Amino acid sequence: MWSFFHKLGSPPWLYGIAGSILRWLLPLTLLALIAGASWGLLFTPPDFRQGNSYRIIYIHVPAAVVALAGYYVMALAGAVSLIWKMKMADVAMKACAPVGAALTFIALVTGAIWGKPTWGTWWVWDARITSMLILLFLYLGVIALYEAYDNKAAAAKACAVLSLVGTVNIPIIYKSVDWWYSLHQPASIKFTGGSTIDPSMLYPLMLMIASFYALFTCCLLLNMRVEILRREARTNWVRKLVGA
Amino acid sequence: MYFDSVHAALAMEGHGPFVWAAYVITLAVLAAMLTAPARRARRLRRELAGNFKRNAGRGGGANEVGNASGT
Repeated sequence: MWSFFHKLGSPPWLYGIAGSILRWLLPLTLLALIAGASWGLLFTPPDFRQGNSYRIIYIHVPAAVVALAGYYVMALAGAVSLIWKMKMADVAMKACAPVGAALTFIALVTGAIWGKPTWGTWWVWDARITSMLILLFLYLGVIALYEAYDNKAAAAKACAVLSLVGTVNIPIIYKSVDWWYSLHQPASIKFTGGSTIDPSMLYPLMLMIASFYALFTCCLLLNMRVEILRREARTNWVRKLVGA
Repeated sequence: MYFDSVHAALAMEGHGPFVWAAYVITLAVLAAMLTAPARRARRLRRELAGNFKRNAGRGGGANEVGNASGT
């Protein structure tokens, strides 16, 4: 167990294992995404109230769910980086931010597109949407803060603190539809109690959520590999790797 | 398939432009998320190989890592 954690701190090992995982996870993810999107777009029945516009659910919900979970991953990596000064945790934190920002952007844009035929408006400053916009700014803030420092150790520390402070926003996003009057519908999938979504719509949605989690993992590993290579640029193992 | 024809699938009873636009935008963002790090990695590896070769005579490493990582 402890040797595994020691290995996690080793850049060449992490670079190699990330590459091995990507070799099978990436094609599997792409296949699952194509299958889930086709299923949701073409094979499920329309919603009795929203009609066909609800089909946006198959990208909007997975993007939003994984954007939120991704923030926890980033904050956790930030905490590990702060507490144990583990450089690979810092690499993971930095790699999370652009992926999370992209997923939050997808959730916001697809939500706006869904909002037009459903609510009659592209945008409304309601609690769920505004807190998601804050999430996007938090992700962008971490990216900007990292670039603002020349001293990368100080940058990592500042980003870790920002990530941890930003976690306050996550429960607010989750509970916003319950705490405030909102145009946004409440959650259709519940772990406790019955879900209000028909199984014919639920299964492709579950497949898409799993696919987006896998996609997040792939993008995280891809970004981490680039960052490891950049940080280890002067080492012998990188010299061998690039064939110089 | 739920729809009778390709035309019906594209139109989605009037919601087609919204649904397809959302999927196309998502596809573009996902493609960028996956290809950007791969492109950066290729550029960085090329740059590092060049630096290692240039510095080989001087006994140094790849000391001049540019902006290939996007940082």
